[in-house]
Amino acid sequence: MIRVVLPFHLRRLASVDGEVELEVAPPVTQRSVLEALEARYPMLCGTIRDHDTHERRAFLRFFACEEDLTHESPDAPLPEAVATGKEPFMVIGAIAGGCSAGL
Amino acid sequence: MSKVRVLVGTRKGAFILTSDGKREKWEVNGPHFTGWEIYHMKGSPVNPERIYASQTSGWFGQVLQRSNDGGKTWEAPGGGVTVEQGRMPKGESNRFVYDTSPATGKPLTTHQWYDGTQHPWEFKRVWHLEPSLTDAETVYAGVEDAAIFRSTDGSKTWQELSGLRGHGTGPKWQPGAGGMCLHTIILDPSNPNRIWIAISAAGAFRTDDGGKTWKPINKGLKSNYIPNPEAEIGHCVHHIAMNPKRPGVLFMQKHWDVMRSDNAGDQWTEISGNLPTDFGFAIDVHAHKPETIYVVPIKSDSEHFPLEGKLRVYRSKTGGNEWEPLTKGLPQSNCYVDILRDAMAVDTLDECGVYFGTTGGQVYCSADAGDTWAPIASFLPPVLSVEVQTLP
Repeated sequence: MIRVVLPFHLRRLASVDGEVELEVAPPVTQRSVLEALEARYPMLCGTIRDHDTHERRAFLRFFACEEDLTHESPDAPLPEAVATGKEPFMVIGAIAGGCSAGL
Repeated sequence: MSKVRVLVGTRKGAFILTSDGKREKWEVNGPHFTGWEIYHMKGSPVNPERIYASQTSGWFGQVLQRSNDGGKTWEAPGGGVTVEQGRMPKGESNRFVYDTSPATGKPLTTHQWYDGTQHPWEFKRVWHLEPSLTDAETVYAGVEDAAIFRSTDGSKTWQELSGLRGHGTGPKWQPGAGGMCLHTIILDPSNPNRIWIAISAAGAFRTDDGGKTWKPINKGLKSNYIPNPEAEIGHCVHHIAMNPKRPGVLFMQKHWDVMRSDNAGDQWTEISGNLPTDFGFAIDVHAHKPETIYVVPIKSDSEHFPLEGKLRVYRSKTGGNEWEPLTKGLPQSNCYVDILRDAMAVDTLDECGVYFGTTGGQVYCSADAGDTWAPIASFLPPVLSVEVQTLP
């Protein structure tokens, strides 16, 4: 089982408490984890990455095993500890930015 | 006895305020979607229990919500599993894809960027939702970067009416200070093929064929902040209002200037008259007296607050030019809030109620057409939009 930690607003949107557990067939990568996540929770489509280009939204980050994996290739294998479920894959809202311009 | 339901979108969630027809005691329900910007909520005229909401975030993007029970519970319509053969299930309700050129497959057009270069259209958020007058499952969305989309399945999937961007002036459009947003959509109750829209900072446009083709309707507008003040496009229209009982008579709050048109936008004339300043955002029309209109003058485009710190709604009973300040119940000192473009609305009770929300988190109601005002919520997050439903 892959463990995924979502930020507060996405947990609310997906109506989940705590971590999400997903079955992901190897290889376990950012892409395969996010696809499994969106398949389980379709309301999250478009909120972490673009619907069509699958580019990560600018103000989100991916952490695991105390490392920032944000800029790793989406097809690079995630750390073994994530693949085995020992450590979670974390989707984090960046601290800076994100507020829209004035109306 | 009739009831009133006020839909308030704020910077940090949605609130629903309800009262009986006296409009004296209010129940505040919310926040819904806490922490998210709710740019707009609006109920279907066909089925008032169906409400659409635009939920947005700089971090997580756009989410569309709808309610089938007057705002008690909500669902993201595309959030259910939709399995396409050979593909992963997708949530589609927040998927706004701009049309491409049928001939080349490339983007339909580009628009002018702040530095004068051409820039591709990029979806950012939904500013305004306008439910159909005849079908609860059909709803229009005005979005940033400026375009109009339509859903015919209750906001589950969206298709662009790309004739708007494609009619020829698109490459000349450019963003205003708040982005290049399509913020106003007005449906004509007497002609299902006619829609008016407004874009900051491109101007007003109209279709007479159900959205296939559009044309600019900005004759008579004069904007000294663009190279040609009377250009066909480029005007920063802030909002347009229309009494549905008199289609084609339009009232506009432009960046500066309050305007009216008596011929569906073909020609505009200025009606600022004796207003102390004609800058502002919100404008609306009395539900039963189509020559009675309301604005909230704001000091200037550099100072977005009421003149002299006095919050005054101005009412004209003559269709413009002659305006009176309405102050009873409104703060008349040290008030430095703004009233945004979609944050004013009216109900349709016999004694027309007028409502507006402020960036200070107050929502005011006048149950006597503006003569007196009272706050019906006082400490909400900054108010982005106010809509009113009059219920049996």
